Amino acid sequence: MKEISAEDITSVIRRLCMEANSYLPDDIKGKIATCRMTETWNLAKNILGVIEGNFSVAENDFVPICQDTGVACVFLEIGQDVHINGNLREAVDEGVRQGYTDGYLRKSVVKDPLDRVNTGDNTPAMLYTEIVPGDELKITVAPKGFGSENMSAIKMLKPSDGIEGVKKFILETVENAGPNPCPPIVVGVGIGGTFDKAALLAKKALMRSTDVRNEDKLYADLEEEMLEKINALGIGPQGVGGATTALAVNIEKMPTHIAGLPVAVNINCHVARHRSAVL
Amino acid sequence: MEKRITTPLTAEKVKDLRTGDTVLLSGVIYTARDAAHKRLCELLEKGEKLPFDPKDQVIYYVGPAPAKPGKVIGSAGPTTSYRMDAYAPALIREGLKGMIGKGKRSDEVRETMKECTAVYFGAIGGAGAVLANSIKKAEVIAYEDLGAEAIRRLEVEDMPLFVIMDCYGGNLYESGRKEYLESVKK
Ligand code: SF4
Repeated sequence: MKEISAEDITSVIRRLCMEANSYLPDDIKGKIATCRMTETWNLAKNILGVIEGNFSVAENDFVPICQDTGVACVFLEIGQDVHINGNLREAVDEGVRQGYTDGYLRKSVVKDPLDRVNTGDNTPAMLYTEIVPGDELKITVAPKGFGSENMSAIKMLKPSDGIEGVKKFILETVENAGPNPCPPIVVGVGIGGTFDKAALLAKKALMRSTDVRNEDKLYADLEEEMLEKINALGIGPQGVGGATTALAVNIEKMPTHIAGLPVAVNINCHVARHRSAVL
Repeated sequence: MEKRITTPLTAEKVKDLRTGDTVLLSGVIYTARDAAHKRLCELLEKGEKLPFDPKDQVIYYVGPAPAKPGKVIGSAGPTTSYRMDAYAPALIREGLKGMIGKGKRSDEVRETMKECTAVYFGAIGGAGAVLANSIKKAEVIAYEDLGAEAIRRLEVEDMPLFVIMDCYGGNLYESGRKEYLESVKK
């Protein structure tokens, strides 16, 4: 049994909130650089250039890449042989509170979805916990912007809709989003499970490196095919036209009911932030 | 074409801008998002004075991050504009000439822009750190209680923008994409 203190969790989350907002994952940086080289549309190429310059400024000055520093999605993979000393929920929120306050990040959370008064410290975190084998605690902080979150969609397809139905729904969702989610985008797709599990899979798909394809060949091929189809739409960076609409399509799947085919599409912008640490 | 523009943005200057132009904007602009727009339009309905005169002005749809010590402002890229569509026509009728944001606009906004000679600029969504560097001064002038959503008066220098919708009905989201797709067909 390993003991982990709530204070340690707080301080790691505080740091990850700040770092995730200034340092973009290397795979995303690499993808943007490649797309800039291959992009044939002039304005699109210029925009990708500014986006690259923006990453450097954010990193060098340690300021947020984007002013929408998001809602803090916190994923905890808790080893079953870990014991946490203290209140976990409070430790996570305290980490977010400190990270967003000390890091000069924007507070974008309202306490009530209808009453809409800002909580003032970006809490509560959107907390996802999972019990896994082992005695480690893996913490991932993913600040999620809502320009792209608002363009996401879920649909309960019929089993008879099959793979063609899935393709159609993904393309429709990206088409409807158009310029709104700050393309180039990363498309997270969850297939199977229940209504809520599909959405969670789609969000988790966004945590996977865009350089890694699904281990199942059927889904890996689907990822490649959808990326090609999305980029053939011609929406382009910021919607001005061009070959770079999406940087990657990441799909996660799980078993589902004989009567259903849930599909969720969670769209992320090019500021596809996430950062992890292991305690 | 690249154009340098300085505010106030008169109808003459708007008429000179075309969809697809890249623009370096300098001068005073104002910030407002959803909550501030709601309040501005409530004032207009009651026939009361606005915190700033929108005539020949530009509104930037942004809720900046807090400024770090020694900085003028935190990261400050555009927010998605459609959430302001319900309010924009009333402000354009009051003389507002420019809006800066990202993403689609409603037909009503586009019609009002044509009717009243206004322009919709795009700033690069997600490029908040670079855009903040073109902001030289920032001051909250109304609704401080709204935090990031308060109305700010900004002084900008060579802010990099592009014209999405001009006052002639042009729309880069349609024409840019169409022209690009034609270019790859050839
Ligand atoms: S969608 Fe992403 S890049 Fe665009 S404003 Fe929101 S967080 Fe920033």
